[in-house]
Amino acid sequence: MTTTPPPHTGAADRDSSVVEQRADLDPATTASAAAPSLATKDAHTGQRNTVLTRFWAQKQAKVGVIITAAVVLLAFLGPLFVPWATGYTTTEFVARPFQPDGIAGSDNLGRDVFTRFIGGGLTLLLYALLATLIGLILGVLFGMTAAYTGGWLDSLIMRSNDVLLAIPQLVFALLAITVLGPQGWVLVTVIGITHAPRIARVARSATLGVINEDYIRAAEMYAMPRLRLLTREIMPNITGPMAVEAGLRLTYSIGAIASLSFLGLGMQPPTADWGLMINENRIALSIQPWGVLLPVAAIALLTIGTNLIADSIARASATSNVGEQ
Amino acid sequence: MSSFDTTSTGSIATVSPSARRSSAWHARAQEGGNVLEIDDLHITATASGADVISDVELDLKPSEILALVGESGSGKTTVGLAVLGHFRTGLTHACGTVWLYPSDADEPAEMTALPDATLRQLRGARVSYIPQDPALSLNPGMRVGEQISEVLDIHGFGSSAEERAERVRSVLREVGLPDDEAYQRRWPHQLSGGQQQRIGIAMAFAMYPDVLVLDEPTTGLDVATQAQVLDTIREMTVRNKVAGLYITHDLAVVAEIADRIAVMLRGRIVEQGGCADVLERPQHDYTKTLLAAVPDLAGRNRIGDFERADVPADEKAAAEARATAAEENRKTHLLTTDATHASPAAEAATASGPETGTSGTAGPETGTASPETGTSGTGGATAASEVSERQPTAPATDAVLQVRGLGLSYGPKTILESIDLDLRAGECTLLLGESGSGKTTLARSIAGLNDGYTGDVIYRGETIARSTRQRSIGQRTDIQYIFQSPFSSLNPRRTIGESLAVPLEMAGGLSAAQRREQVKDALDAVRLGRQFHDRRPGDLSGGERQRAAIARALVNMPSVLICDEITSALDVSVQASIISLLRTLQDERGLAMLFVTHNIALARHIASRVAVLNAGRIVDDGPVDAVLENPQHTYTQELLANVPSL
Amino acid sequence: MIARLILQRLAISIVILFAVSLIIFFATVLLPGDPARAILGQQATPERIAAINEQMNLNEPPLTRYFLWLGGLFVGDLGTSVATGQPVSQLLSDRVGSSVVLMVAAALISVPAGVILGIVSALRRGKAVDNTVTGLSLVLAALPEFVVGIALVAFFSTTVFTILPAVTMRPPGTQVWDFPSQLILPIAVLVLVVTPYIARMMRATMLEVLDSGYVEMARLKGVPERRVIFRHALPHAIGPVAQVIAIQLAWMAGGVVVVEFLFRFPGLGQALIDAVDYRDVQVVQAVTMIVALIYVIVNLLADIVGILTNPKLRTGGDA
Repeated sequence: MTTTPPPHTGAADRDSSVVEQRADLDPATTASAAAPSLATKDAHTGQRNTVLTRFWAQKQAKVGVIITAAVVLLAFLGPLFVPWATGYTTTEFVARPFQPDGIAGSDNLGRDVFTRFIGGGLTLLLYALLATLIGLILGVLFGMTAAYTGGWLDSLIMRSNDVLLAIPQLVFALLAITVLGPQGWVLVTVIGITHAPRIARVARSATLGVINEDYIRAAEMYAMPRLRLLTREIMPNITGPMAVEAGLRLTYSIGAIASLSFLGLGMQPPTADWGLMINENRIALSIQPWGVLLPVAAIALLTIGTNLIADSIARASATSNVGEQ
Repeated sequence: MSSFDTTSTGSIATVSPSARRSSAWHARAQEGGNVLEIDDLHITATASGADVISDVELDLKPSEILALVGESGSGKTTVGLAVLGHFRTGLTHACGTVWLYPSDADEPAEMTALPDATLRQLRGARVSYIPQDPALSLNPGMRVGEQISEVLDIHGFGSSAEERAERVRSVLREVGLPDDEAYQRRWPHQLSGGQQQRIGIAMAFAMYPDVLVLDEPTTGLDVATQAQVLDTIREMTVRNKVAGLYITHDLAVVAEIADRIAVMLRGRIVEQGGCADVLERPQHDYTKTLLAAVPDLAGRNRIGDFERADVPADEKAAAEARATAAEENRKTHLLTTDATHASPAAEAATASGPETGTSGTAGPETGTASPETGTSGTGGATAASEVSERQPTAPATDAVLQVRGLGLSYGPKTILESIDLDLRAGECTLLLGESGSGKTTLARSIAGLNDGYTGDVIYRGETIARSTRQRSIGQRTDIQYIFQSPFSSLNPRRTIGESLAVPLEMAGGLSAAQRREQVKDALDAVRLGRQFHDRRPGDLSGGERQRAAIARALVNMPSVLICDEITSALDVSVQASIISLLRTLQDERGLAMLFVTHNIALARHIASRVAVLNAGRIVDDGPVDAVLENPQHTYTQELLANVPSL
Repeated sequence: MIARLILQRLAISIVILFAVSLIIFFATVLLPGDPARAILGQQATPERIAAINEQMNLNEPPLTRYFLWLGGLFVGDLGTSVATGQPVSQLLSDRVGSSVVLMVAAALISVPAGVILGIVSALRRGKAVDNTVTGLSLVLAALPEFVVGIALVAFFSTTVFTILPAVTMRPPGTQVWDFPSQLILPIAVLVLVVTPYIARMMRATMLEVLDSGYVEMARLKGVPERRVIFRHALPHAIGPVAQVIAIQLAWMAGGVVVVEFLFRFPGLGQALIDAVDYRDVQVVQAVTMIVALIYVIVNLLADIVGILTNPKLRTGGDA
């Protein structure tokens, strides 16, 4: 114990829902404030009180789902309307630079801004989803393993985490891009890998909260195979915090990949991409604002939407265990 | 017993800070009236508007202790906090009054309607609170002396800092703690649980309050410390003429300390009266059930029998036959179905009254209208008043399971040392130990959940592996362990049926349909009923969950059952029904049982042998009567002397 | 006891830095690609490649190169920029100051702001103030730095108002802090991005503490509300929040890259972007190492705060 101090306890980085999750793991702290006998009775009144119903009961969850859905639809369906609905392809030169032609004018090279806008969200979204997925798989795997096995493997995994955390995500990505160049798979992999230690921390602490429960001891006692124990007994009980984590990491993936494109080190010209569009058109912010404001608004709405969803899941799953206490 | 410094204080008139001769309190005290009156109190849940507390009426005189008794969820703490004008988040004061007659003012105060500033002046000074868990309510970031002097500073005790410092020292002496500077500079985590509670008591008494609310102040303390703390409280209330509202679930403690008793059930007071009256001649049915459920050391009060219906003779016979059958066929898997089908009577009993939905916190479990098959062999003896002598159904000579020289230490710290223990078929051994004695460690070592021990666990003549994973399937299914908390031992995301099928799946050899049938049979056997198969733990009360956990241990037809404090998280009436169930099951199936507990009063209700564990060693071991009546070790003697009883 | 704990943390920090240096070095060295060719691009002739290999010790085995590089770090020799031919230390020296000014200023504003907003929000739980703070911080926390930055530029420098400069000008011989108005927007972006996290964490920690048994007990003792908050509740929230603040400040080291790029602010971040563009490995290594150093130092400080505010750690477990 004394030899393996937890240097940066509990708090995850950039993690707005740390405490909701902590409450989730320790129902006693939240239950103490609740009125006696209220929570336990819900189950008997007929109306189901699940994480999902509690999620939907929140206004911010509905707002989050609606705006996320709107931006996602735009990103996925937009490319289908190019070029027949807008009349141009995303890379076609249609006018002189910064002309007020068409719906939103032309960009720095004279391409149609609106066409590029509706065609420019798909890659960002796909990359972000993939990066989140990689991060989740690695993080949950390492986090659960660390918590379940304990001992030296736990120490090794968590110390390695601390090392990786010492390099900010964006800086780490730049390091990778310097060596490997700004290619799609590099962006996805490096963002995914840099999410992993952050997710692993949450997965580990969620697993630790579950692992000391007697039902895990009972499964051990009946000699349940370890893999089955992890997937059947532990996994279902950490879905709450992991869903929150997935939402948060998706938000940050979108932000990180868009930021890299904005820096000119993500998606490369002449691709139509929201982050890159902002980079290309920001000199002309005052004369042709649409080229910047449309993609900025789309990215802002998307990240706000996913963050609202993540926060709503956190609230919904934090109260769930109170009822089960 | 009591460790008071009796020279430190005189009468209230000479030491009280207010030293007033006339006040609302004095007027009341002189005419023998109440200093606290609660009238028609209603408290509702803010969210739903439903009453949590209804029609509560209580009053208190100086030097009097009124016990407010109720099981979990009855609302007793809510009433206690209302006395201080405090309502927890989620609760709203609906109507009713709480009148306090303070000794520092001429007018009484209505606690629920005071402005915050006035309320603060009364709290901690005229009415104070001793919380349940001192570990949670002492500020971990403040030295204990400062936490006491803070009360005095805020309320402006005396006229100088010197006087306040002296009061801190004197109140520390009064609660039997050292009063020196070094002690005052300690942090809460440097004190034991008993010492922390004494700090809590000192804080409450520091200002010579008129009314004291004590919220289960001895829960979690071991028996000897509890006795000392109770003495302290009793002495200080009398000496300082404090009126005490003592909130508790423990009727045995009530008998020791209270003058009057009020019994709460679902937010209402169902019975109120003098201590002896209520305990000896209870009027309300709930009080009767509650009293019948309290285990007593003498074993006169056969807990779990209170709900016993008239048992038809043929049902008894059926159960008896089943018990015999069980003994004979125990090792075959076919047995479960056989045994249960052979006893339609038992199924009928289950169908007639399974535990209903929410009863867990509300009252006695009504579903256990089970025949008391436990004493079927000696049916006549049950009727007699002396039932303490429990006859094992199958008096075996050979121990099914033996523990030899078991020891365990973590680093330099020895948890268990050379433990020898024999468990015989049809015999229940009560393993008694207080917190920290190592009892759970021992139970888990036997069950194979702790593999770090030295020594041997011998099952049917064969030394078995230390970890369950290394044990054979047969050994694993034969030795079963039930966990303390039913709130933790069942996976909340899986149905009862899924959880209960795990032992069968891991033992192998059965089809899914067979497993399902066997699980349902087990649910019947614990008087839960088959309909619980598809429910989740969240829908069950504590008692129901513990029954499900017992069913999981029984589903594989074990021969050794280890019960680790399985009733300590449950209310006393639920405990009684679980004990009754265990007795029945043990006798039906001839189980060798180890019942681990901290409550020695349960001994005669469940066990035929008692082993006393103290600081990792077994200090007394023998038949129940021998240990309880003629304890050998001073630890057991002290323990027995301190057990509160009705 | 305290000294031992702090020394232990210090040792861990050094180990972490050492491990980071390994990652940085071997990530840039062992991955495929010929650095010399990458640097020279079209002008690569065998002689020039050989010269560069010689200059960068590329002919030595990787382990030797690592120790040469690590040894250089200790004496302030960060290598030579292949893009400009200047020593890296000289290239970065006047940029470090600019970035530090930016970050320190942002920290000095956002830490107290976040802490105060969090406390106020927790104390007014469920009231309008709380809902506003929680809602706003949730929205702001979602936004990438450049989105906040562009919004501010659009609002204050171009389309709506034109009162603040959108880019940083620094004539030779001057320092960034000679032009305070140029600092306002970059600092504002960092503050807006970091404050919400601190506020949210402060609020959540504070709520947890306010629900604790000892805070309820303090109220039942008649302790005035102000004292309940400042004496009983707040000290217990400091430790956990210090951790989050540390992580946020370290995060700022990454965010500052985007902000500097956006405002053309002549700091470390700008240098890093340029270096990545030119594949100037030496500079990238050096900047990454500096950023990691900042992270480790800030975290170490937070750990020390955590130790000092926890009486259990301070006094040890025994009586």
